[in-house]
Amino acid sequence: MTPREKRIAGFVAFGALVVAVAVFPAFVSDFKAREWAYVGIYLIALLGLNMLTGYTGQISLGHGAFMAIGGYTTAILMAGNEQFGGPISGGMKDIYTLPLAGLVAGAVGLAFGLPALRLSGLYLALATFAVAVAMPSTARRFAEWTGGGQGIQLSGLPELTGGSVEDVDILGLSLSPNRWLYYLSWSIALVAYAVAWLVLRGRTGRAFRAVRDSETAAISSGVSLARYKTLAFGISAAFAGVAGGLFALGTASVSPDVFPITLSIFLLVGVVVGGLGGLSGLVFGAIVITFLPLWAQGQDLGSLLPQGIVEETQKPGGSSIVFGVVLILLMFVLPNGVSGLFRRAGQAIAKRRYARSE
Amino acid sequence: MALLSVRDVTLRFGGIVALDGVSFDVEEGQISGLIGPNGAGKTTAFNVITRLYKPDSGAVELDGASLLKVSPHVIIRKGIARTFQNIQLFRTMSVLENVLIGAHTLGRKVSEDEAFRVLDVVGLRERAYFPAAALPYGIQKRVELARALVSKPRLLLLDEPAGGLNHEEVGELGTFIRKLRDDFELTVLLVEHHMNLVMSISDHVNVLSFGRKIADGSPEQVQADPAVIEAYLGTDDAAPPPASPEQAGPAAQEPAADEPPSEERA
Repeated sequence: MTPREKRIAGFVAFGALVVAVAVFPAFVSDFKAREWAYVGIYLIALLGLNMLTGYTGQISLGHGAFMAIGGYTTAILMAGNEQFGGPISGGMKDIYTLPLAGLVAGAVGLAFGLPALRLSGLYLALATFAVAVAMPSTARRFAEWTGGGQGIQLSGLPELTGGSVEDVDILGLSLSPNRWLYYLSWSIALVAYAVAWLVLRGRTGRAFRAVRDSETAAISSGVSLARYKTLAFGISAAFAGVAGGLFALGTASVSPDVFPITLSIFLLVGVVVGGLGGLSGLVFGAIVITFLPLWAQGQDLGSLLPQGIVEETQKPGGSSIVFGVVLILLMFVLPNGVSGLFRRAGQAIAKRRYARSE
Repeated sequence: MALLSVRDVTLRFGGIVALDGVSFDVEEGQISGLIGPNGAGKTTAFNVITRLYKPDSGAVELDGASLLKVSPHVIIRKGIARTFQNIQLFRTMSVLENVLIGAHTLGRKVSEDEAFRVLDVVGLRERAYFPAAALPYGIQKRVELARALVSKPRLLLLDEPAGGLNHEEVGELGTFIRKLRDDFELTVLLVEHHMNLVMSISDHVNVLSFGRKIADGSPEQVQADPAVIEAYLGTDDAAPPPASPEQAGPAAQEPAADEPPSEERA
């Protein structure tokens, strides 16, 4: 496909996504809308991680930590940490904290990107994983900032829109707290999608991919590895920070347990299933990491499995086995993720045209 | 004054002396050949000029200004572009995107027209949207060339452009490189194993062997130089070197091989 055709296809797909997102809650229960809100939240984090791992080729196993930084930023700005002896008095309305959650996480990401320049491949993966491992203990250690192991409660705070019980009035609509969370998450996710597309479509995105494909040729073409690798780290962490802020609003609390080590691994699973280096598949990646753990417990789609397997999943540890088996199968069926599936279709068209033009 | 001046450059990799006090000049507007047996240090010299390697001692100057103080990614802004012996394309990108990366330093406003003009020069306009990695080897080399040309370099470093081409294609390549030099007002530094090509298009030839420069001069002078004959054919061999561009010696056609230190990492 020519870039023009790709662009048109992209606009159509994005338009369809916007419409689907807008009408979707009408077809599902209030509770389901809440689960789908998390799909939007994960999508934001995946868009960021994909920019780093998919486009620039730097593996991060620590993006859960950047989400945690965003989540804590949001919670501290809302509830303050004076009650633990910290310096922040809080009182900021929830949605205004989200850009700041992105900024703080982005700044930490930039700072982390500098030492990460010296690392690549598995070494970078391990270094980022170390960040994810250290995060919960760090949050416990600095209890005057973070509330320690108990964390910070947000439910019932006036700063939390809807306070998690009463309806939210916005733009002449009255939304249940679950639907409010859904629309808030997805509005931001769609903006994040557009921002990611804008960043990746032009010179910056090409430079990211150049760094991934051949560092030698990228340098010789004038692409600064330091600049684009840290930039990718910064933007990607900022996306994760915003997602973390929303996550905190969704759970109405933050604590070390809200952002476990497995969150980082789930995010990497999400971008791989979605397809590294493409945007189109990430929605599927977000769906998989939101719902696969539930399906693996025999809920929802999982209940379509043969009765024997469903019973097995409900035994202790059973769901983890199903989860793992499904992931392995996905890697076999979609070696390049869902985006890879779309891309292969596009390339088949391009090749056929090339053959015809000869 | 020479456009490019390499002065007394020494580079060691552990115990191996890859370049040993190498000096040579490249005059503006010339096509300058850099030849030598495998492992002589030709690609290493390219990597020093483009700052992928930092020499242990010596100087590299473009127009009298030192290149050793600038970062590797700034080299192209100074007007030096290159191709690679073992092709370094951006494998997931289209031909056009590869060329657009070559234009990275020209800024945000660079139009695709510019890239298409260069694709016309190398005859690849029709394949602009084709995935670069799926093209045949010889055509990938042309993509690399287009990527180097689009930055409007003053000095173009070509690392074995004839690798993998057949006899007829090599002849065309020679004519093409001269035309490029004239049309783009380039200075060309050419590493090549194909003696016919080097001797027929070079204004000046430098010869490296085991990291040292052993000779330089016009193609005729170099071919008659006993040290060059020795380097290519060995001491006890009385056989004459390739006497004219038409009769390249067998040593000249030896297959290209990587030099000991790979060029993967700066």
